[in-house]
Amino acid sequence: MTTSAKVRLNRAHCVDLLRQMVRIREFEEKCAELYTQEKIRGFLHLYTGEEAVAVGVMQALGPTDAVVATYREHGHALVRGISAREIMAEMFGKQEGCSHGRGGSMHLFDADARFYGGNAIVAGGIPVAVGLALADKMQGRANATACFFGEGAAAEGEFHECLNLAALWQLPVLFVCENNLYAMGTALERSESETDIHAKAASYRIPSEFVDGMNVVDVEAAAQRAVTTIRAGEGPRFLECRTYRFRAHSMFDAQLYREKAEVEKWRERDPIPRFRDWAMAAGEIREEDVAAIKDEVAKEIAEAVAFAEAGSWEPLEDLLKYVGAERRA
Amino acid sequence: MTEMTYRDAMRSAMREALQRDPRVFLMGEDVGRYGGCYAVSKGLLDEFGPERIRDTPLSEGGFTGAGIGAALGGMRPIVEVMTCNFSLLSLDQIMNNAATIRHMSGGQFNVPIVIRMATGGGRQLAAQHSHSLEGWYAHIPGIRVLAPGTVQDARSMLASALADPDPVLIFENVMLYNGTADIDEAAVVDIDSAAIRREGQDVSLITYGGSLRKALDAAERLASEGISVEVLDLRVLRPLDDDAILASVTKTRRAVIVDEGWRSGSLSAEVTTRIVEGGFWNLDAPIARVCSAEVPIPYPKHLEDAALPSVDRVIAAVRSVVGK
Repeated sequence: MTTSAKVRLNRAHCVDLLRQMVRIREFEEKCAELYTQEKIRGFLHLYTGEEAVAVGVMQALGPTDAVVATYREHGHALVRGISAREIMAEMFGKQEGCSHGRGGSMHLFDADARFYGGNAIVAGGIPVAVGLALADKMQGRANATACFFGEGAAAEGEFHECLNLAALWQLPVLFVCENNLYAMGTALERSESETDIHAKAASYRIPSEFVDGMNVVDVEAAAQRAVTTIRAGEGPRFLECRTYRFRAHSMFDAQLYREKAEVEKWRERDPIPRFRDWAMAAGEIREEDVAAIKDEVAKEIAEAVAFAEAGSWEPLEDLLKYVGAERRA
Repeated sequence: MTEMTYRDAMRSAMREALQRDPRVFLMGEDVGRYGGCYAVSKGLLDEFGPERIRDTPLSEGGFTGAGIGAALGGMRPIVEVMTCNFSLLSLDQIMNNAATIRHMSGGQFNVPIVIRMATGGGRQLAAQHSHSLEGWYAHIPGIRVLAPGTVQDARSMLASALADPDPVLIFENVMLYNGTADIDEAAVVDIDSAAIRREGQDVSLITYGGSLRKALDAAERLASEGISVEVLDLRVLRPLDDDAILASVTKTRRAVIVDEGWRSGSLSAEVTTRIVEGGFWNLDAPIARVCSAEVPIPYPKHLEDAALPSVDRVIAAVRSVVGK
């Protein structure tokens, strides 16, 4: 594992990167289990395999920055600081959830974390991210907005409209393309005439690069570089993270569109053991750290499930809440 | 009182909003240098500069969504969409984000955006610039839909819309822009209630926006025939002012609805149903509707005129329900 990083790889940081990736992995595995038990319903899209992207990018953000994510956003929400218990309660549809139970898996929100969803329209969150960045720029705040989307979004009009807008107005947006090669079941080469996604951004004069999305250190390094220039007022940046989802698109997906051998080949690049082994070889992480992470995460997730189980259903008389302000000006 | 056109009233309302609140800005296609497709924003660029009178590329979904994001980020955007036909390119953002983010976030976020758009036919602009789609938008929970039909409302509704913490859509009928009236620039209006524009006893003529003038003209002519028509201007298409509708129909016992949208699945269908649900036993006659013909709006004038509600068609409908 090589790094081109100006990432401070001390022990504490390495342990944190590993911990965050393991948290996501274990959270998602628990979600899959709870789905089969019908505790979680609806659509459930797991982030397993892509953990290095959210964990790496999020290292570059500060508390006043904003995040816009997709329907595969549990990992982003966890790393952004929304508690596992509130996310799990949301999965259960309980009113203790981070969106009061109204959103579910695809619509996690949190005002304190400036986490603006959880958007289940492919590319639908990109204009919102551009607008958040516009508001920051117009109000003179040195924030960045990180906007996550899959490579499937590159086929949508809103993607192109927004890259143009952000470049034209030099807005502080970090576009993060999580290129996992499949838009649901449609392979990249079956949907794009130009499969080099980051080249599309360059055509809008947005400085753009691609990075190994299975390497958390590379992702963090690229995100840090990008956010530094964004904060300096140099306009948007585009980061294509080449990654892979190990699990199905959603829980209803029989994966007829890809070979098992392909999945296995990508699993060899699993970002978690890859980083763990590298960091251990480098002496940054020790056996006891790995064991401690395992215990901590297991405890956190068990507690999150218990919290969700103990949560309450919103009363039926509240059905029409959250449609409009209860009191207007 | 000041005499001004509907267009000038809308511009004056925007100027005041821009002066009063630094968070307010206008964004849309050709709102700046061009002065607005219908010249509503003419002159504002010189006064407020390109940051706040912001020309956009032709990217309705992109800039409408950017308005939503800016509203989430603490601004008070006014987004102008040239015509409601073009707003279909914004519909994803309006429906899936503006109208739903408060709900999906469990009340943590709200979207204080105002989206203005031109609506309606009558200028021979054919089948992609002339439709009345406000009834579609009135279907969507989470947004408020306004149709200023008077110069006073054109001047005064915007301030109330900007004060609303949730998304507000304003539909400006293109045939109203040149109309003039004496208005009170300082008046404050609500964006909740319908308004009786003419009192009458025999029939309630329920309408809004570009059809209001036609309804008032019809009422005037019918008065000379001894038919007393009450004209109710809905003003707010979502949420509908059920109380005002039912109060008027309870008094007159007859109703004719004039709606420039197509008849099938229309706002007029919704108003009719609410009258039937809430006032069936007070009715002395079937409800009648005057809507646009079920055809994309044609280019030639004689066909366009025939497709849109007209004073003559309104008069005929009123006569049919009063039995004269």
